[in-house]
Amino acid sequence: MPVWNIIQAVNDALRIEMRRDPRVVVLGEDVGKFGGVFRATNGLFDEFGPDRVFDTPLAEAGIIGAAIGMALYGLKPVPEIQFADFIYPAFDQIVNELAKFRYRSGGQYPAPVVIRTPYGGGIRGGHYHSQSPEAYFVHTPGLKVVIPSNPYDAKGLLLSAIRGEDPVIFMEPKRIYRAAKGEVPEGDYTVPLGQAKIVREGSQVTVLCYGAMVHTVVEAVEKVAAEGFDPEIVDLRTLLPLDSETVLASVRKTGRAVIAYEAPKTCGYGAELSALICEKALMHLEAPIARVAGFDTPFPYSLENEYMPSPDRVAKAIRDTASF
Amino acid sequence: MLVSARPPADDSLFSLLDDDGQVRPGSRVPEVSDELARKLYRGMLQVRVVDERMMRLQRQGRLGFYMLSIGEEATHFAAAALRPADWIFPSYREPGAAFWRGYSMTDYVNQLFGNAEDPVKGRQMPVHHSARWLNYVSISSPVGTQIPQAVGMAWAAKISKKDDVALVYFGEGTSSTGQFHVGMNFAGVFKAPCIFFCRNNGWAISTDQKHQTAARSFAVKALAYGFPGVRVDGNDLLAILAVMEDAVARARAGEGPTLIEAVTYRRSGHSSSDDPSVYRDPNEPKEWERRDPIDRWKRYLGTRGLYSEALEEQYRKEINDEVSDALAHAEQVAPPAVETMFDDVFAELTPELEEQKRYLLSFPRYVNPHGGS
Amino acid sequence: MDDHGVADPDRVPSLTPEDWLRIYRGMVLIRVMDERLMALQRQGRIGFYGEARGQEAAVVGSAAALAPQDWIVPALREAGAGLYRGLPLRTYIAQIFGNANDPASGRQLPCHPGTRASHYVTMSSCIASQLPHAVGMAWAAKIKKDNSVVLGYLGDGATSEEDFHVALNFAGVFRPPVVFVCQNNQWAISVPVAHQTASPTVAIKALAYGFPGIRVDGNDALAVYGAVKEAVDRARSGGGPTLIEALTYRVSAHSSSDDPSRYRDERITETWRARDPIVRMRAWLAFQGFLDAAGDERLRADLDAEVRDAVAAEESVPAPPLRTLVEDVFAEVPQFLADQLAEIATLPRQKLGGAHQ
Repeated sequence: MPVWNIIQAVNDALRIEMRRDPRVVVLGEDVGKFGGVFRATNGLFDEFGPDRVFDTPLAEAGIIGAAIGMALYGLKPVPEIQFADFIYPAFDQIVNELAKFRYRSGGQYPAPVVIRTPYGGGIRGGHYHSQSPEAYFVHTPGLKVVIPSNPYDAKGLLLSAIRGEDPVIFMEPKRIYRAAKGEVPEGDYTVPLGQAKIVREGSQVTVLCYGAMVHTVVEAVEKVAAEGFDPEIVDLRTLLPLDSETVLASVRKTGRAVIAYEAPKTCGYGAELSALICEKALMHLEAPIARVAGFDTPFPYSLENEYMPSPDRVAKAIRDTASF
Repeated sequence: MLVSARPPADDSLFSLLDDDGQVRPGSRVPEVSDELARKLYRGMLQVRVVDERMMRLQRQGRLGFYMLSIGEEATHFAAAALRPADWIFPSYREPGAAFWRGYSMTDYVNQLFGNAEDPVKGRQMPVHHSARWLNYVSISSPVGTQIPQAVGMAWAAKISKKDDVALVYFGEGTSSTGQFHVGMNFAGVFKAPCIFFCRNNGWAISTDQKHQTAARSFAVKALAYGFPGVRVDGNDLLAILAVMEDAVARARAGEGPTLIEAVTYRRSGHSSSDDPSVYRDPNEPKEWERRDPIDRWKRYLGTRGLYSEALEEQYRKEINDEVSDALAHAEQVAPPAVETMFDDVFAELTPELEEQKRYLLSFPRYVNPHGGS
Repeated sequence: MDDHGVADPDRVPSLTPEDWLRIYRGMVLIRVMDERLMALQRQGRIGFYGEARGQEAAVVGSAAALAPQDWIVPALREAGAGLYRGLPLRTYIAQIFGNANDPASGRQLPCHPGTRASHYVTMSSCIASQLPHAVGMAWAAKIKKDNSVVLGYLGDGATSEEDFHVALNFAGVFRPPVVFVCQNNQWAISVPVAHQTASPTVAIKALAYGFPGIRVDGNDALAVYGAVKEAVDRARSGGGPTLIEALTYRVSAHSSSDDPSRYRDERITETWRARDPIVRMRAWLAFQGFLDAAGDERLRADLDAEVRDAVAAEESVPAPPLRTLVEDVFAEVPQFLADQLAEIATLPRQKLGGAHQ
C-alpha cells in the first residue's frame, strides 16, 4: 500500500471520482494548469482537460454561485476555495443559497456541491492564510462539514462527500497537508460521513479533536501517557452530522472531557460539544469540561505558535482535567 | 417560431411598436402566428388580473405579502423565445414566465398561501415560486444571487454538450451587486449560453436608476465583460421577442452571452409593504400608463384583426374564474404538516434533525391565538 | 518613451531633474530591495516575499503624482510607493521580519506594511477588498472638503472580484476624489488576464461605471506619471474618479511560494524583461544629461548599503512581546482576553511560526 500525504490522497480521490463519474468537474482559482497552489488538483487538467477542470477568474462568489448552477443542472462540481480565509466573498452564496436551495424549493432543487478549502494555521500565513471558519458553516442548516486529519480519511471522506446528495464544506488541514503521511489503499473506498474514530483508547479522560489538532493532541497524549495518564482520543472527522453516540459513549466511560480546536474559543465548535455533553452526559462528569482553543483574537503572524493550542497546552488541560 | 430581427449593436433604445401598437415604419419584425399573438395577450392579461385580485386580498389581510408587475408584464414573456428545455432563473417579478411554461393557478395561489399543497411546502414568502418540472428555478429574496447560478447552469449545459440556454431575470438595481459582476465576468470568460435580462423598471424600492449607476445605460455594462449589450423598449413585447430571439440564437450557436436591458417602469410599489408616494412624483407612473404594454399589444392585435372586446371579456372571465377556484381551494387546504419542517434540509434526515423532530412532535400543536395558521 | 528611453520632449510632463531622479531612485530601491529580500527568503531567513520586479515604473510613477496630503490604499506590490512617500525602510524591513519594531507587532505576513504617518494604509491579503475602502476614504475627503485624493491600487485579477465592481460603481455614482491604478501585470498567480476577463482591456471597464478609463504603458515611468497626474488633478478639482490601467508584466513569480514555469511560457517573460522600466528610465535620464554611469553606480551602491543596514539592524530584533497577542483586538484589552493570555504566560515560549508553504 502506498504511503501518501493528504494532498496526494485528496488528489487521488478527485481523480478516481472524475474517472468514475463524468459529471464531476473541478473549478477554482489556479486549479487547472498550475494544479492548485497546494497541488491538490495536480494533473487533473492534463488528464481531464479544459472541459472538466476550470481555472476561474478571481471571484469566490462566482465560483460558488456557478457551482450551484452546475449542480442544479446535474453536474457534480467540486469547487476549490484557495484558502478558507477567502471564502467570505462567497459567504452569501454558501449560507443563503447553497444551504437553502433544497429546502426553499420544497426538495425540488438540491445542490450537491462539495467545496474543498484548506484551513488552519501553522504555515506562517498571518491573518489571511490561517483561519478556521468551520463554526460558521456548522451553524448553517443544510451544510455538512467534514474535516479529515489523515490521508486515509481524506480520500475516503472526500469520495463519500462527492457521492452524497448534499452540499459539503470539506476543510483540509493545510498545516499537515504534507506532514501527515499514512498508508492509503490505491483503489476506491469510502469513509462514511458522520462517523468519528477512536484514535487511542483510554480510560481516564476523553480528548475530542479534529483536523490538524488531532496531531497536536497525539503529541500531547504521548507526553502525559509517559507520566501515567490514560486519555482516549476521538477524531470527530465529520462535524455535521456529528457522531454524538461515539462522543457521548466515550465521555460516559471516562467521565472527563477535553476539547481541542484551533479556531477562536468563543462560539467555536467546542462550545457545541461542551453543550452536548452537558445536556446528555452531565451526571457522568467528574470534572469540568476543558476547552483548549485559539484565542479570541485575529490570527497572528509572528506569534502563531503561541496562538494555536500547543501540545503543552493540551497536555496541561489533560492533566488538570484528569486530576480534578 | 420567430424570425430574427437583429438588434442594434449600440445601446440606443430598440423598439418595434409605437404606443399605438403600430409597427414602426421600416422595421423587420419577428414572425408571430395569430395563435401565439393571442396567447401572449392572454398571458399578459392573466398577470394583470391575478395581480389586481391578489393585491386586494393582501389589503384585506388574507395574504401576508404580494409583489405586483403592473406595467412590466411584457418583460415576463421574454421567456416565450425559449424552448421548454431551457432554464429560467427568475427574480421575484416574473410570474408570467412561470404561467407561460404551464405553472397552474392552483400552484400559484397555493404558494402564496404557503399551504400543504404549496410546491415549496410553505417554506418561503409569497411570490417565491419554484417549479422544477418546468425548469423554473427557485427564487431567493437576496437580489442577484441567481446570476452566477444561471451562468453555472448555462456553463454546465455547454460542458454537457447540450444546446440548452439559461435566461436570468434581474432588476436594474441588481446590476450594482457583486453577483452581477462575477456572473457577467464568468459568462464572458467561459462563453456561457446565458441571457442576462435586466428589467430596468427605473426603481429599486426608493432608489432611482440615476443613483444606481453613473453609466450611460445598463446595456453598456456588457462591454466591460466582452459581449454584446442591447437596450430594448421593455413595454414593447414584439421588440423584446426580437432581441431575445437573437440572443438565444447566439447562445445556442456557441457565441456566448448577451445582456438585454429592457426599459420599463414600476408603476406600483416595490411590494405590498412599500409606499412610493413617499419618494417619487405621483405623476411619473401616470405618464407610463399611456405606454402600457398590454394596451399596446392589444392595439397591435387590432392592427392584425385579432382583437375583439368579446375576446378580452372571455379571457378575463376565464382568468377570474380560475383565480376564484384556486382561492376557494387554497383557503381550505391546511398548513403543511409540522414534521415537514425537517425535510429537505438534507437528502436524508440527520440524527440531529431526527431528534429535534421527535422533540417538537412531543408537544401539542401550536395554535395561533389570533386565528389563521 | 520607447523601449530605448527615447521620448518626445513635448509630451514629457514638466518636472525638475531632481524630481525625475527621485522617481528613479524609488524605482531602483525596489529592485535592490527585491533582490536582497528574495535572497533572504531563499536562505530561510524570512518567511515570504512578493517581488515587484519589472513593475517599478508603475509603482513609483503613480505614487509620484500624489501630493503629501493624499493617501495610498495599496495592493500587494506597492510597498515601493509607500517607501517613496515616506514609509521608513527600517519600518518596512521590521514588518517583513515580524519583529518587535514592526508597528503591527508581527501580526501579518511579510509585504503587508502600513503606517498612518506615511498615509499608506495597511493591506489585507484578500484581493480587491481595499477598493471600497479607497472609495470610502475619498468620499470622506469630499465630505470633509480637505482637498485630498486617494489612490487605490489593484491588480488585473482583482477586476473580477465583487469588491472591484461595488467600489467602482460607488465611485461613479458619488464621484469622490479617487484614482484607481490597475497594475495589469497579466498574471493572477497562474491565470492570464485573457482568462480573467473577456473584455479587450481593463480600462474599458470604466465605461460600465460612467467615468474615464485610460490605458498606459506601465513600464514607462514618464507616461505613468503623466496619466496619473492628470487623473489626480481632475479628482482634486471635483472631476470625479478615473481608472488607469498600467500595462506591465509580472516578470518574476507571484510570490516566493510560486513557480511560474509550471503554467506559462517563460520566453514571453524574457521579451518583457527586455522592456525593463529601470533600464528605460536610466537611458532617458542619460539622454537628458541628468544621470551618468558613475552616478548610477553610486546610487545603487548607496541603496544596497541602506537595505543591507536595515536588514542587519532588524534581523536581530526579537519577536514582539507575548502581550501583543491580545492587544489591538479592541481599544482596550478586555478581561477575557487578559485571562486567555494568562493561560499561556506561565508555559514555555513557542518558537516563532514555521516556514511558509
